[in-house]
Amino acid sequence: MSANLSASFYLISGILFILALRGLSSPETSRQGNYFGISGMAIAIIVTFLSVGNFGSGLVYVLTFLVIGGSIGAFIAFRIPMTAMPELVAGFHSLVGLAAVFVAISAFLKPEAFNLGIVGNIKLASLIEMSLGAAIGAITFSGSIIAFLKLRGIMSGAPITFKGQHFINLFLGLAIIFLIYNLCVTQSTNMFWTIIAISFLVGVLLIIPIGGADMPVVISMLNSYSGWAAAGIGFTLENTALIITGALVGSSGAILSYIMCKGMNRSFFNVILGGWGATEQSTGGQNKEQKPVKSGNADDAAFLMKNASSVIIVPGYGMAVAQAQHALREMVDALKKNGVKVSYAIHPVAGRMPGHMNVLLAEANVPYDEVFELEEINNDFANCDVAYVIGANDVTNPIAKSDPQSPIYGMPVLDVEKSKSVLFVKRSLSPGYAGIDNDLFYRDNTLMLFADAKKMTEEIVKSL
Amino acid sequence: MEIDPFIFRLSIFILSIFVGYYVVWSVTPSLHTPLMSVTNAISSVIIVGAIIAALSGSSEKIFDIPNIFGFLAIILAAVNIFGGFLVTQRMLQMYKKKKK
Repeated sequence: MSANLSASFYLISGILFILALRGLSSPETSRQGNYFGISGMAIAIIVTFLSVGNFGSGLVYVLTFLVIGGSIGAFIAFRIPMTAMPELVAGFHSLVGLAAVFVAISAFLKPEAFNLGIVGNIKLASLIEMSLGAAIGAITFSGSIIAFLKLRGIMSGAPITFKGQHFINLFLGLAIIFLIYNLCVTQSTNMFWTIIAISFLVGVLLIIPIGGADMPVVISMLNSYSGWAAAGIGFTLENTALIITGALVGSSGAILSYIMCKGMNRSFFNVILGGWGATEQSTGGQNKEQKPVKSGNADDAAFLMKNASSVIIVPGYGMAVAQAQHALREMVDALKKNGVKVSYAIHPVAGRMPGHMNVLLAEANVPYDEVFELEEINNDFANCDVAYVIGANDVTNPIAKSDPQSPIYGMPVLDVEKSKSVLFVKRSLSPGYAGIDNDLFYRDNTLMLFADAKKMTEEIVKSL
Repeated sequence: MEIDPFIFRLSIFILSIFVGYYVVWSVTPSLHTPLMSVTNAISSVIIVGAIIAALSGSSEKIFDIPNIFGFLAIILAAVNIFGGFLVTQRMLQMYKKKKK
């Protein structure tokens, strides 16, 4: 296949990828969008086979490895529970990062296969592109592994910080730039390996200081990195599909990081430089025990909700942990039978990744047109009878609106306290991830339901 | 004076960032998780480079070190392609409208 023809096909697959993302603008068109993405990928792979044109024994191996990898991927995709999506995505990011590193290594060791020159005399532009691709890929890989371990609970979600951390990161970052410069001058293989090794280290150091609650930002950020790594390799291989995709993924991840940061009213750098848990000042820890708290049981909750005309459900990460989404749907069904109007309110950073709660509710067969974003529903709390907070905490804290001293001051929160009564399902009065006390617990219109989210919801279903 | 082809690729890259910017802002927030899994799947188009690397050189030397890295990259990217698209599909199947 001529180079011009294959380049045109790569452009087509790039366009199909754009359409795949475009499809996600609404759930109706999203499935079609996914098919566009699959076709784009199929075209890119087939065109690559045809343009290499080497149908010797190598092809058999390539197909074998493709099938092995594909089967593993398919197996994971069908088996993974929806609550584990954040760690799955983190794990997948690490694979893209490592694949980018491997392709860069291969291109460095055998540049003639990619028309980049010969060993020891690789084109300057290609050297810069492949070493950048390899460095970002390596950072993506090790960073995603740490994110995966934290999300999976294998590693503690608590931020790991030490003195001089930021200086070390800065120093290593500058070292990578210097080494890339050096590589361009000397073409030394050792230099190339050193760049990759330092980048692996940077990835680890970059993610360990970030706390569990900031994971939505981390995942989005690593998503973005995996895109830039792909783009770097795309420049090296002079491949349009890869350049377009890298740019799309890179900007997508960047936008998601921005949305997540805005949802917490924090700057991107603030998140990167260490979690809330790290900078936490232990104020308010002393006087909270004295405040009176009203607590109730499942029957009280059932009574309140049955006699309400409208109920808003506020799910959070705790719902995912307790796997309470199905029980919740049953409860809502029972309420609907009683003529209660029910809707769901989702905070942008609820859960451990962007859109996490929406997927869990969709899994429990909650129709997506009953689920609303913060801006869409926040005014409705004032007219609603009962707000049922299940597994959410910091995102409902009214202190974010009233106390400029609070670390979460200015963060957009759901106006849960404006509803006539609030049912707050929680195991104890312990503070949330931000480490601050939730003022909502002590309000007159709040009834605390101290129990596991799933058990409590099931009991309410029974007494309905 | 001739324009370096690099400039053309850079143009494609920068224009694609703009396309990505506008397309991603139009994605509904409820589909942000599928957005992440599908961007993850499409970034595995890096398999193109892996295939070229794996098939480079003569067929007697199919397991040269650069080729081995190519084969490893194929496995990783293939896990991602199949895993990414299938899990996205599985999620999107679940988004249903209210039954009227």
